[in-house]
Amino acid sequence: MNVLKIENVTKTYDKNVAVDNVSFEMPEGSIFGLLGPNGAGKTSLIRIITTITGADQGTVYLNGEKLNSSHREQIGYMPEERGLYKKMKIGEHLIYLARLKGLSKSEAMEATKHWFVKFNIEDWWGKRVEELSKGMQQKIQFIATIIHKPKLLILDEPFSGLDPINTNLIKDEIDELHHNGTSIIFSTHRMEQVEEICEYIVLLNEGRNVLEGKVKDIKNQFKENIYKIEFDGDLPSNIHEMAEIVKQKEKSITVKLEQEVDSNELLKNLIEHGVHITSFHEILPSLNEIFIKQVEETLKPS
Amino acid sequence: MDKLWLIIKREYLTRVKKRSFILATLLTPFAFALFFIVIGFIFSYESGETLRIAIVDKEDIFKKRIADENNLIFKFENRDLETLRNDFENTGYNGIIVIPSLKNITYKNYTVAYYADNQLGLDVRSNIERKISNKIRDYKIEELKLDKDELEYLKTSVTLNPEPINPLDEDKSPAASWVAAAIGGIMGFMMYMTVFIYGMMVMRSVMEEKTSRIVEVIISSVRPFQLMMGKIIGVGAVGLTQFAIWGVLIPVLYLLVMLIFGFDPEQMNATASTGQEVDVEEIEGMLAQGRAAISNMNWWLIVPLFIFYFLGGYFLYSSLFAAVGSAMGDDLGEGQALTIPITIPVIMALYIMMVAIRAPQSNLAVWASIFPLFSPIVMPARLAFDPPLWEILLSMVVLAGTSIFFVWLAARIYRVGILMYGKKVSFKELGKWIFYKD
Repeated sequence: MNVLKIENVTKTYDKNVAVDNVSFEMPEGSIFGLLGPNGAGKTSLIRIITTITGADQGTVYLNGEKLNSSHREQIGYMPEERGLYKKMKIGEHLIYLARLKGLSKSEAMEATKHWFVKFNIEDWWGKRVEELSKGMQQKIQFIATIIHKPKLLILDEPFSGLDPINTNLIKDEIDELHHNGTSIIFSTHRMEQVEEICEYIVLLNEGRNVLEGKVKDIKNQFKENIYKIEFDGDLPSNIHEMAEIVKQKEKSITVKLEQEVDSNELLKNLIEHGVHITSFHEILPSLNEIFIKQVEETLKPS
Repeated sequence: MDKLWLIIKREYLTRVKKRSFILATLLTPFAFALFFIVIGFIFSYESGETLRIAIVDKEDIFKKRIADENNLIFKFENRDLETLRNDFENTGYNGIIVIPSLKNITYKNYTVAYYADNQLGLDVRSNIERKISNKIRDYKIEELKLDKDELEYLKTSVTLNPEPINPLDEDKSPAASWVAAAIGGIMGFMMYMTVFIYGMMVMRSVMEEKTSRIVEVIISSVRPFQLMMGKIIGVGAVGLTQFAIWGVLIPVLYLLVMLIFGFDPEQMNATASTGQEVDVEEIEGMLAQGRAAISNMNWWLIVPLFIFYFLGGYFLYSSLFAAVGSAMGDDLGEGQALTIPITIPVIMALYIMMVAIRAPQSNLAVWASIFPLFSPIVMPARLAFDPPLWEILLSMVVLAGTSIFFVWLAARIYRVGILMYGKKVSFKELGKWIFYKD
């Protein structure tokens, strides 16, 4: 079951095509990375999913239903540019945002109290937003995003501006939400976080869907048969015939194998020549490398 | 609808609970009261010094009689000017007036010399001039052998009393038209203030939401139109609250000031009329007529209509202010230019309103009270003058239609504007936004 299905969605501002015929599906309960350089159309697409704007063409389905304004209450959205009413008291503020998401007065009160206890910030209830540090405001913003227990959570650069302690706190919350079945869209440039957190990604560039799929599959798809070997002893002289040496150090070597060469062949050859192998592993491309490569490739024709 | 209500409540409560709002609402009437007290005090201020003035009247034109006043004491001197001047220090006088002879009774200009070391104040000077003029008049009457009582008969006070053509129509007292003008002026001015203060408040609030970026969170929960309307209605309710508080506070304060400082009307008349001889009875008559005229006004029509124009004008202008606020970026100065086209009609309407009070049936007044950008300010000012029913109805229909249209138009601009950052906005750009698809 897909929580979200994007079908041929196009959005144009003036003459500028922000989202160009994008389609993808997001499995329920997954953590989904929405990637792309600045201006790729991520924010435009998110605004369509959050029903802030509508698509010019194409359809969005949430849980199999055509997206409409009643779905707002199932979605939680934390924009990249954070903002709260500076003069409002935190307790009132969270209750207000929760009620706008359709919670009743008592539900909103209960949910707000729950989070105050959970984050150990009970004494902040009567404080004004402007009295808090930026990191603290981000915490409040995060609570506001999930206070109505959304089925679909959209986080745009959730860790920007957070210190390592608060980053971990939020990460743990995301983990917990994930375990409880919340589907999470995670929009970011920070590839190491994507690799750590996301199961699926879609990569947008210039409004188009450049790449999508499971992180593991994508990495395999882009692997270049590069292996790192650590050893004792001397390398045989015929190693150049079997593999292209990318990097060589005293006790280690990084090689790129031809497509038809099996890595076992190489190992066998080395062992036969009396090389003592201490470690052998494949080097998969990082998402960062794939990202840059893909973005550069799509830029070339234009 | 539920969410709209939530937004209205927040917009209303955050403003009303603010200390600055409470202070401004409570202190404004006090500030006005204080202002009037100070003004009253300044105007009633008399130079504490008493002037002693010698009058040298050789021809005995004044018959040795002239009335003294609190701070003016006259004494007829038999000594001549030279003697008095030489011994001025010891006489205890502040000045000497020398009355020259009146050779020809037909002379209309008469110059009297006043000898003193210090200049006279303007008030005292004109007071003395009037006293001398009155004495000369009495002298002339006697010389011409006229009857003083007969002369009084020449004075006639004329009042133009408006009467209806159809005898069944209500008869108006002469005071009705100036009461109408006063009420009209106050209403028009209140409308003008409302549009400016609360329209600007809506604009600033929209801008703050945009620059603080909270807006994106909110409109992922509610439609932009709900947010805009909630704000407009909430701020409008703040305005009505403020008016209601002032409506109670100002009369109470007025009464208190009257009680404490004892400004009863008669005394005020007396101070106002130190110079002119205004009949206290006449003034009381006018006041009674005024009161009658106020109670004769068709308040059952005027008050609901005033509320209608208030709402119409407020929605029309505040929606425009909201649209402009949504287009502004972090740079307030740059956006200020966008407000000019909104403020110009408001200011023009105020001036037209002032003309409309003086000539409520003029073409300008009639058409301005139908034109929707002016009518919220001009029509309330005309209401007290009983404009024809068709004009009121036409003006109401046009205003209601235009307000709804402008709210719709503003919402189209607003929904695009609040999400648009870092773009320098022109009117052409705003026009384009109207046609953006959702």
